[in-house]
Amino acid sequence: MKKLFSKIGAALVKVPPFKQISAWLAHRRITRRNRSLSVDIALTVFLGFFGIISVLPLWLIVVNAFKPLNEVFMFPPKFYVVNPTMDNFLDLFQLIGNSWVPFSRYIFNTVFITLLGTIGSVIIASMAAYPLAKYQFPGSKFMSSLIVYSLMFNGSVTGIPNYIIMSKVGLIDTYWAVVLPAIGSTMGLYLMRNNMTHIPSSLLESCKIDGASEFKIYWKIIMPLSKPAWITLVILSFQSLWGTTGGTYLYTEKLKPVTYALSQILAAGVVRTGVSSAVSLIMLIVPVAVFVISQSNVVETMASSGMKD
Amino acid sequence: MAKQKVEKVKTEAPKKRKLQSMEWKNAWKLHKEKYLLVLPFALIFLLFTALPVAVSMVLSFTNFNMLQIPDFIALENYINLIVFDDIFLIAVKNTLFFAIVTGPVSYLMCFVFAWIINELPPKVRAVMVCVFYAPSISGNAFVIWKLLFSSDMYGYINAYLLKWNIISSPILWFETAEYIMPILIIVQLWLSLGVGFLSFVAGLQSQDMALYEAGAIDGIKNRWQELWYITLPSMKPQLMFGAVMQITSSFGVAGIADALVGFPSVDYAGHFILNHLNDYGGLRYEMGYASAIAVILFFVMIFANILVQKVLRKVGS
Repeated sequence: MKKLFSKIGAALVKVPPFKQISAWLAHRRITRRNRSLSVDIALTVFLGFFGIISVLPLWLIVVNAFKPLNEVFMFPPKFYVVNPTMDNFLDLFQLIGNSWVPFSRYIFNTVFITLLGTIGSVIIASMAAYPLAKYQFPGSKFMSSLIVYSLMFNGSVTGIPNYIIMSKVGLIDTYWAVVLPAIGSTMGLYLMRNNMTHIPSSLLESCKIDGASEFKIYWKIIMPLSKPAWITLVILSFQSLWGTTGGTYLYTEKLKPVTYALSQILAAGVVRTGVSSAVSLIMLIVPVAVFVISQSNVVETMASSGMKD
Repeated sequence: MAKQKVEKVKTEAPKKRKLQSMEWKNAWKLHKEKYLLVLPFALIFLLFTALPVAVSMVLSFTNFNMLQIPDFIALENYINLIVFDDIFLIAVKNTLFFAIVTGPVSYLMCFVFAWIINELPPKVRAVMVCVFYAPSISGNAFVIWKLLFSSDMYGYINAYLLKWNIISSPILWFETAEYIMPILIIVQLWLSLGVGFLSFVAGLQSQDMALYEAGAIDGIKNRWQELWYITLPSMKPQLMFGAVMQITSSFGVAGIADALVGFPSVDYAGHFILNHLNDYGGLRYEMGYASAIAVILFFVMIFANILVQKVLRKVGS
């Protein structure tokens, strides 16, 4: 019986579709060593299932942003649009046009805060990260452990004293009240420092022998070599600042960011379900797009900047 | 005799202090450029992270309403919180439960998804990273869950449960105490594949392939052994970092509860420590009391993190 099966198998392997499959399997055995096909399939299905769950709510935002009102309130609600419309966006633009502070001002505020915070954060964090990563000097260990501890609590814990300090320094109701704490966020510094430890010390030594100052090494050697790290920092800082509402730190209407203005529009409730999705879509597209662009960049730099000490 | 000793101590002490200042002077001379590089960050960090923590701790022993000078009331805030504030105890219970569920589960999700993604071809990998990472950066997009769990028949979940005759009338998801916590947990898990996840993805990609070659020669037979004997041990730094990220974010929940179930939520089922803090700090202006809440939350987070770090360190060795 067993012989018969193996004979049939041997015969089948020569027939076109099975021939390709068996060739592919043989090839696979070499390229994917230690990976059984069945587990590969199971894991892919598992990942795909959760991928759909992850993307579905975002997809519904897109769908609802383009739904006309009668489709938003339809039973049962559909997972696609029958008659796509731009009504929600037009409504949104009309609402925007009615605000007494020109909407471009809100956009300017967000862009300005985001740019200032991101650039400041990258420069200041990388400056501090370089010595902490590559040298030991009195106080460096203390600083490093402080940074790790500061990752362990949420910024909202320090909200009240932060406000008091800001008002004492006279920064309340200025862009700096939002920008400075963002620059002081330790996450970026932590990532940078970890990344920079992989830069070979011998390289830095040879630069020093050639007479380069630490500042020069930082700018000419460290920064170009840690490009993936600071791109990551740009993304993180951008994300946190893009969504900021200014909270209690900004109370002059003219200084408030877009997120705040849009959240005011949403406050009208269920009537604006469609508009609300349009707003969410606009607010979500920018950070996701930034991530998509820079992710390929990070992957590329990481693949091509393979460095062995 | 005793006098002599005192004199000796007296003469020794200033010498020591002098030596220390000399040491610092030397350190400054030796590492001047390094200190200058660190300085800007150190200043901002001191002013906006370290100092606020200290101020919080001081304020927590006072009665302070932002207008009058704070007056010292010792431990009264803490006693009121722990003994008399029943709602605070509910918040603590909710926060701990929430963190104990979402912390470990989201941590596992981060690693498992990153690990499976790492096996995919590069282009698919990039797409899948985006798919899982996107929710965490999508700003207020999580309000869409309000539409999914909407209490009328136009909410997606209700509509399809009705259509398939599983329920006969719409469920009031956000108005029923027992549903609030599970929904918040689901939404938090959806949002939780953030920096920790990225760290795992990057860590897996930068693994040394030579290790796997060597492993194969040494008789590693399948992916599970590879994972256990090679990947996990060499991923330890990322694993620690990811743990910190997931713990901190699972204790820092408040915004999603505010937006989804409102404040105050039904039976305080969606009431967390941070909501309590915002209530007293942002609405009632009882800053001393709010600071006490902040200090407690601060220590809970630090304690949970240090505990988990200790455990993780032991697991590897």
